[in-house]
Amino acid sequence: MTCLPGKTDKALGLVIDLDTCVGCQACVTACKGWNDQGYGVPLSDQNPYGSNPSGTFLNRVHSYQVQPAEAAPMIVNFPRSCLHCTDAPCVTVCPTGASYKRVEDGIVLVNEDACIGCGLCAWACPYGAREMDADAGVMKKCTLCVDRIYNENLPEEDREPACVRTCPTGARHFGDLSDPDSKVSQLVAARGGYDLMPEQGTKPVNKYLPPRKKDRPDQASLLAPLLDIQATGFAGWLDRVLRKI
Amino acid sequence: MNPAPSVIIFTVFSGMGFGYLALLATVHDYSGIAAFWHWFVGYALATIGLAASAFHLGNPSRAWRAFTQWRSSWLSREAWGAVLALLALAPVALSDWLHLGLPRGFGWPGAVLAVATVAASGMIYASIRAVPRWHHWTVPVLFVAFACAGGSLLAGLRGPSLVALLVLGGLMVLYWRVGDGAFSRAGSTMGTATGLGTLGGVSVFEPAHTADNYLLREMIYAVGRRHAAKLRVLALLLAVVLPLLAMLLLPGRYGPYVAVPLHLLGALAQRWLFFAEAEHVVGLYYGKR
Repeated sequence: MTCLPGKTDKALGLVIDLDTCVGCQACVTACKGWNDQGYGVPLSDQNPYGSNPSGTFLNRVHSYQVQPAEAAPMIVNFPRSCLHCTDAPCVTVCPTGASYKRVEDGIVLVNEDACIGCGLCAWACPYGAREMDADAGVMKKCTLCVDRIYNENLPEEDREPACVRTCPTGARHFGDLSDPDSKVSQLVAARGGYDLMPEQGTKPVNKYLPPRKKDRPDQASLLAPLLDIQATGFAGWLDRVLRKI
Repeated sequence: MNPAPSVIIFTVFSGMGFGYLALLATVHDYSGIAAFWHWFVGYALATIGLAASAFHLGNPSRAWRAFTQWRSSWLSREAWGAVLALLALAPVALSDWLHLGLPRGFGWPGAVLAVATVAASGMIYASIRAVPRWHHWTVPVLFVAFACAGGSLLAGLRGPSLVALLVLGGLMVLYWRVGDGAFSRAGSTMGTATGLGTLGGVSVFEPAHTADNYLLREMIYAVGRRHAAKLRVLALLLAVVLPLLAMLLLPGRYGPYVAVPLHLLGALAQRWLFFAEAEHVVGLYYGKR
């Protein structure tokens, strides 16, 4: 049924640290690699080596320039994937029941055998988290690597989403965001983690950690008070004369 | 949003068809072979539209599954409405054709279902908050107004069609007026989409990918918005003004022959704009609308 479960036992999700992300695209590659062989149909590519390549990805990394009011602009790398929303609008619009949110862990999944490829769920998602696979004609989305996180055939350290496992800077964290004592929840509390587009009323589970405050040149130097040099003696006389001419 | 021809044809033709069927079931009283042809046109319009919608699917063979989620999904409710309306109207159509003498009152449930189906079509779009221009009550009302106007023109009902056209014209203008400010009223910006707006002005530094993808093709379709203002005038002229004049000035039965094709063209233009002008908030991530 595509009605949302009122409450889920857990709220598994990601916490993405925009301060640490270097935009290396490793998570994009790892995601594509794992989901080419795991859950559901493989993520297809169209014309991959041609002049206009296109393909299905569940995770994309954007780069933004942020211009603060009185400081140098900064670059923020921004990974974008499914936020496994509490009030997921993609689930309720599905006419076939293919799209659902799991009661046990809150993961939003697509049952590809029931998907008719109408695309309405992708329209309903404000975040562009869903992409229709052009080969299979079914909707693809982040599964939070549901085939890794519970997989007892994998070593324990690999039982997390491929994007989290591969991130070389530790910018991606995986855990239960409904448990206030979990590492991810504490991280969110400590760093002021926030929701994307809260005005859309989706109540995302995934949280983003803002870039930390940067040092500013005028605040950086401890020697700043010493830089205001008043000339004395001959140099001072010269300074005063030259200023009057 | 991508103005896919299949969806434009589906919504325009089936809307007009259901509007016509509702009138055939309640107002008109054809009989014999004339009834057959009138009902045939109504059923053909409605089902051609439904068939066209199947071409929009990635996996049409599983379309039956779309009947399962009527509790939450407007698309599912529309599917039920369409099938129930066509079934409920069948005895009335047969009665008209074969002189079975079913009282006119039997047409009402089917007529109500037909109008409800068109309203459900509109609700599919109106329920999508991520497209602010659509997320408004004027959308289902506009869909129903198109069905009423198209249906009464097809039925050749002069008085009702004049009223329906005037109401439709007003609603088209209202929908455009409300829609033009909808995106900014929704409050989504690149700042809220990335959450970086609290730090300063946000702009795209580098796109996530250099070639296009499903999102850009489907949700961030901006081709042709340049001509939107001209197309709006054209849509209003063709869908409302010219059919209105044709029904007023042309004698008797000739009005509909001129008015219906013009109205259909106008409806197609309006529906094309309905998609092409609708901006999805995901465009904010790409710095595009």
